[in-house]
Amino acid sequence: MQFPSLELLGQSLLSGLFIGGLYGLLGLGLSLSWGMLRQINLAHFALSFLGAYLTYQLSSSFGVDPLITLVIVAPGFFVFGMAMHWVFARFKVTPFNSLLVTFGLTVIIESFIQWVWTADYRKLESHYADIKFKVGAMYIPLPELLTLLISVGLALVTWAVLRYTPIGKAMRAMAENPKMAAAFGVNEPMLALLLSGAASAFAGVAGACLALSFTLAPSQIYAWIGVVFSAVMIGGLGNPIGPLVAGIVIGMSEAATMAVTAPAWAPLVSFTLLIAVLILRPGKI
Amino acid sequence: MNKRVLTIFVVSGAALAVLPLLKLPAFYESFLYLVFHWVVLATSWNILSGYSGYFSFGHGAFFGLGMYTTAVLAGKFNWPFLYTLPMAALVPALFGVGLGAVVFRLRRLRGELFGLLTLAVTFVIATIILNTPIDGGPGVYLSAVPIPAIGPSPSATFYLLALAMMMLVLWVAYYIYNARLGSGLFAIHDDEDVAEVQGVPTYRFKLQALAISSAFAGVAGGVHALFVSYVTAGEVFNIVVPLYVVLMSVLGGSRHWLGPAVGATAITALSYAFTAGDSAVVGRAAIGLILIVVILFMPDGILGQLIKRFKSRRALPPLPTPVAPAVISAQGSSGEVLLTIDNVSKSFSGVKALQNVSMEARRGEILGLVGPNGSGKSTMVNVISGLYKPEAGRILFQGEDLVPLPSYRAAHAGIARTYQIPRPFASLSVLENTTLAGMFGGTQLSRADAAAQAMYWLEFVGLADRARALPTELNLHQRKFLELSRALASSPRLVLLDEVLAGLTPSEINNAVTLVREIRRRGSTIIFIEHNMRAVLELCDRLIVLNHGQVIASGMPREVMNDPAVVSAYLGTPHG
Repeated sequence: MQFPSLELLGQSLLSGLFIGGLYGLLGLGLSLSWGMLRQINLAHFALSFLGAYLTYQLSSSFGVDPLITLVIVAPGFFVFGMAMHWVFARFKVTPFNSLLVTFGLTVIIESFIQWVWTADYRKLESHYADIKFKVGAMYIPLPELLTLLISVGLALVTWAVLRYTPIGKAMRAMAENPKMAAAFGVNEPMLALLLSGAASAFAGVAGACLALSFTLAPSQIYAWIGVVFSAVMIGGLGNPIGPLVAGIVIGMSEAATMAVTAPAWAPLVSFTLLIAVLILRPGKI
Repeated sequence: MNKRVLTIFVVSGAALAVLPLLKLPAFYESFLYLVFHWVVLATSWNILSGYSGYFSFGHGAFFGLGMYTTAVLAGKFNWPFLYTLPMAALVPALFGVGLGAVVFRLRRLRGELFGLLTLAVTFVIATIILNTPIDGGPGVYLSAVPIPAIGPSPSATFYLLALAMMMLVLWVAYYIYNARLGSGLFAIHDDEDVAEVQGVPTYRFKLQALAISSAFAGVAGGVHALFVSYVTAGEVFNIVVPLYVVLMSVLGGSRHWLGPAVGATAITALSYAFTAGDSAVVGRAAIGLILIVVILFMPDGILGQLIKRFKSRRALPPLPTPVAPAVISAQGSSGEVLLTIDNVSKSFSGVKALQNVSMEARRGEILGLVGPNGSGKSTMVNVISGLYKPEAGRILFQGEDLVPLPSYRAAHAGIARTYQIPRPFASLSVLENTTLAGMFGGTQLSRADAAAQAMYWLEFVGLADRARALPTELNLHQRKFLELSRALASSPRLVLLDEVLAGLTPSEINNAVTLVREIRRRGSTIIFIEHNMRAVLELCDRLIVLNHGQVIASGMPREVMNDPAVVSAYLGTPHG
């Protein structure tokens, strides 16, 4: 173990902060559907990658700005999320079975991606990628900064909507007790559809951010599952801000681990944290 | 042991074992090796996860530990391959027991949280193996390890090894399915807390199932290490193994010992059929689609569905003939103290449900426990039966303090209970529910004896004609009586009846009152919790009144009911 220079450590922590933002963004939709609809949506990751590939395609074929592609992708995913929830509600899928069903969906989406875009690595060449700021001794790449800003913005907006608007309050009531909420006049099926749609649309947004900064391959879908699940569980199910905070903590601890030891040790951080949270945290998660 | 099943095992095992003599092309043996390999993995997963409902996503960890055990011992330390296999079973089994010793103690780590935890453990192990000299990054080669000459060719050797493993794991799965361990695991699947209170040693059973499950996964990994001859962390510890075994078991039917084998064969053949052509991608998508369709439309799996069909066509096997249990042995004389509650306290996040409660129950009496809603009566029952552990105090039953013992020991000591809201095991029939109580309660009967006595108790409570029904097919009244038959099936010394009369009609109540008297006549002591004062006054020898978690009165029923403290607890203090 050797200690890196201060600049290197600072740069590592900064990149940890940025990737933590992406963990939070991926975790936001997952946390909402798990905490409020009791559905563990493994397909969230595959959907995000599908969104990333769509962004990649629209951007490289038609020259659409990567962030503008969301105008098409997000509503499309919203409808997809509603359809998915309709099936779940129709068949009364239990939380555990939702994990299995969405795993099936993951495999289908992965195969679709591989069929259309092959298993080769794809990288979006956008005008954002070239822009870097220098603050002090540190470089700040624009795509990563945008991701972090979008992640923070979306988390805050979701939090505010759930906290202050009538529809958000109704959603929280529904999450607490769907039957009781329905008895008080909350249109539970409609709200659940909206929430599921929103969670999927968030996957689309996360996908655009993935495409901005990362090289894409279908097999990469599985690489994110563990760490994002950790962020969601540590941050608290159904909590819009928690996964972001937890994601940043995990991202920065991973970065510090990588800087101090070898990069291959990084997965240990998030998974050990997840195990520790599961075993030590009192009460229900 | 069922002779017919044994014959089928021996004949099919022998038939498959002579296959290499046909000198088929090596391809067939390798294909069948893969089928058997997945049958072993899926069946071993099912022994813990299918039977007990603890869905593990950590099967890849046990499989991978077995693979690396063999790879390191044979590849780096030059052990003969066959000698590494016991170690490949032992290492994951010990790891599983260590993991279970921590995890299985925690009530909240059930369902999907257990699944996530086991998945996380897999990746932690993978990271450690990858970054330490066990692997170190480049992977472990086994190409120099000699393949033992069990069969006429290397492919035949692997085929025979996998066949032996498969027959063994299927035998073990079948055995457990029919043994006490299996019954206990199925009870855990439906309602672990109730199982524990009925006398199932849940912690030990889960550990045993996990050890067996991980040992088989480890051996399969050990053999597979030599089969692929090159082991890398990335290939071993990915998400494919844990998800495929779940998929195979769910597809085949995870509630049956043979289900995972059916699913594993179907999926392996299917993936092969697709990968053989140019449509591997379509094949993967098809597997995903099959998983979705099966879960939505066939929750019992292929085998479960077939058995249902088969059963409805064939005549049902006869129900066991009722056998009356022996009258409960009266150790000691009537009237002496059977149960002493000594200064027991229990609170729930600040609310004191019981505060320094002391009381006793005497042998042969019907002791009434009454009090307004929220006074702590049900908490008292939960504490005596072991469902909750009190923070302070002792519970002496026949002189033995139950508080420091595991919860299931209360049932073994001879305590049985009913639940205010019936909690039957949802996927077991009325007869199986009652049988289970006799198998695990104080009497520890064999399955056959317990079933015969269960029929007696079902006749006693009037549910004999519903013996084959599932609890969901019963009405409230019948479910209450199922609670009663379950409590009685263990011939308990002490029965805790928690509001058995609530929700019954007046004529049903009369019926129930007669039953309660009959239970006492058979030698059980009864603690009777009830709001129906007519029944309380009619039945109880003594009465204890709880209010706000404290005993406020005790004594003869009529006197207690006129006690001013009791009157004010129920009706409030009159304004004077």
